[in-house]
Amino acid sequence: MDYQHTELLRFTTAGSVDDGKSTLIGRLLYDSKSIFQDQLDAVEESSKKKGFDYVDLSLLTDGLRSEREQGITIDVAYRYFSTPKRKFIIADTPGHIQYTRNMVTGASTANLAIILVDARKGLLEQTHRHSFIASLLRIPHAIVCVNKMDLVDYSEEVYDQIVQDFTDFSAKLEINDIQFIPISALMGDNVVNRSENMPWYEGSTLMYHLEHVHISSDLNHIDNRFPVQSVIRPHKIDFQDYRGYAGRIDGGIFKAGDKIRVLPTGFTSTIKSIELAGEEMEEAFAPMSVTMTLHDELDISRGDMIVRENNSPDVTQDIEVLVTWMNERPLYNRTKVIVKHTTNECLGMVKDIKYKVDINTLHRITDFDAVEMNDIARLSIRTSKPLFVDPYGRNRLTGSIIIIDEQTNETLGAGMIVRKG
Amino acid sequence: MTNYVMNHLQELESEAIFVIREVAAQFERPALLFSGGKDSILLTHLAKKAFYPARIPFPLIHIDTGHNFPETIEFRDNLVKELGVELVVGSVQEAIDKGRVREETGVNASRNSLQIVSLLDTLEERKVDAAMGGARRDEEKARAKERFFSHRDEFGQWDPKNQRPELWNLFNARKHNGEHFRVFPISNWTEMDVWQYIEMEGIKLPSLYFSHQRECFIRDGVILANSEFVTLKDDEELQVMTVRYRTCGDMPITGAVESDADTVAKIIEEVAATRTTERGGRADDKRGETAMEDRKKAGYF
Repeated sequence: MDYQHTELLRFTTAGSVDDGKSTLIGRLLYDSKSIFQDQLDAVEESSKKKGFDYVDLSLLTDGLRSEREQGITIDVAYRYFSTPKRKFIIADTPGHIQYTRNMVTGASTANLAIILVDARKGLLEQTHRHSFIASLLRIPHAIVCVNKMDLVDYSEEVYDQIVQDFTDFSAKLEINDIQFIPISALMGDNVVNRSENMPWYEGSTLMYHLEHVHISSDLNHIDNRFPVQSVIRPHKIDFQDYRGYAGRIDGGIFKAGDKIRVLPTGFTSTIKSIELAGEEMEEAFAPMSVTMTLHDELDISRGDMIVRENNSPDVTQDIEVLVTWMNERPLYNRTKVIVKHTTNECLGMVKDIKYKVDINTLHRITDFDAVEMNDIARLSIRTSKPLFVDPYGRNRLTGSIIIIDEQTNETLGAGMIVRKG
Repeated sequence: MTNYVMNHLQELESEAIFVIREVAAQFERPALLFSGGKDSILLTHLAKKAFYPARIPFPLIHIDTGHNFPETIEFRDNLVKELGVELVVGSVQEAIDKGRVREETGVNASRNSLQIVSLLDTLEERKVDAAMGGARRDEEKARAKERFFSHRDEFGQWDPKNQRPELWNLFNARKHNGEHFRVFPISNWTEMDVWQYIEMEGIKLPSLYFSHQRECFIRDGVILANSEFVTLKDDEELQVMTVRYRTCGDMPITGAVESDADTVAKIIEEVAATRTTERGGRADDKRGETAMEDRKKAGYF
């Protein structure tokens, strides 16, 4: 079997509670033969115990005791399936009350979002919210699945209207690649197999899109960014003078011989080697984990960043971010927090909460007391030491931060850097 | 123009190495939980790559139930010697002798959940603040909910309803005294990924994983190995079978599969065609619908 050319695609699913998310995931797993017999037996038995007269594929995805009791999804779960072309990681996020928090968790690493719309109901408030979050998180690709087509007699008019509505609405969003597919997750139309019920639809199936969407340009391969995770100094006779900088490339393509600059010191040097476990490579690109050695002995430690000599991110102690707030503790002006950015961690002060975003209308709210759980707000933060940042729109890794509570150590919020302050 | 694409195994490797290095950088006293199974062997291999040419900068911890396959112990000792890394053994037998835990009785007695006490004792003795493990989210439905960095309270408990959101590649490792973390660098790997990677990297495994002849008996549809740790029921009889193991836990609870696959390539073919999960052969998971979740809440790995 040829698995050397299988790529990895991470996607997330969004949609209201009853739009059929679990059923769609169940269908993808089932039709791609990724469900094992003993799992299926267990689901059949649970369905029977619950008194259902059909096999509830959503039971495959709700794993926790309280989820099964209540029949709802509480927390993000990850699912896996693969085809000969690609391996897929699904971040299965609940559509419930805590939607923003959960969706952001699933969306932060996703290449693609599947947005489910119930064909009978059309666009709902939840559809707007989810699409807005997908856009905010800069998920590069979106597939709008108009689901439950079997319940509207596979009507082309219904589908066209929803496509039109979504297209009008999405003009306000920043998602570059949007595809539309009419499906029935329950019946399996256009999920893995082409539907015979919708001859008017000439596009491809959901699975075909998932297998073929172009993802290799999703990462920034232009601006070289290498945050140093740790310094490798072996105390071994053979490697007395070895000094390697370990980390994962967040952007760009590094080659041996490249001229580099180290932030924050500004020292320059040349890359001597790029290697992993002793194997040297000519070049390395995001998101590779590697170890670099340099021609000069410089003082470099965790939190520093190696970049190309003439291409630096902003070095700044003031950043403006859009945050999604994830904690019950509200955020007020002048709160002290811990900011984590790449391999850096430092204290920060929230200087100004500029506005909150009404995620239904996308309007700005300026009259408020605090940022509450699931709110999205724009803030300016002053950090206790300089960070090396890019705008989130340019690089999702060097453009993101998390905000941590000094006392409880909990993660309070997820921030996307808009620009330096 | 060159297409800058990694294949899925390289990407999973890169992610796991990043996580292992974050653990070493963010914690004071990390450790790697080593069971002798293929996943912890894979994890050890990744740790070796992460810090090369330096040694793995943390010890391996093995919770020895006393019911191991002898092949596992032999493999463990060789690997530790080869890597020059420290091995810490937490003994369940010792905990039983000291009266810390009471052994289960009956024909289906298992020491699997007794491990929890020895594990938590060992972590506490060594003041381990991050215990890395080779658990994968595809193994079991409760594990599908795990974070890479999984916070545990001072009692070692997991609270699935109160997990920290995990965003981008920013792992929050902050904690109070007495709390610790479990970290799962190969969360996103499936059984197939593990085998494909083992083949790609030429990773050595205990002979258990390959087809061999063994004296077995069948209980509740599961093929179990004969050993000094089991008592046969009246209607159970021993027979020599050609088997291999997909997973490797304690002798009395780990089911074998009948198989002729004696190379990694043949195992990959077999895994691709199989219709049952890897943990389908684990008797302890069949004790209830949420058996794993309940054990994890109590501090199980």
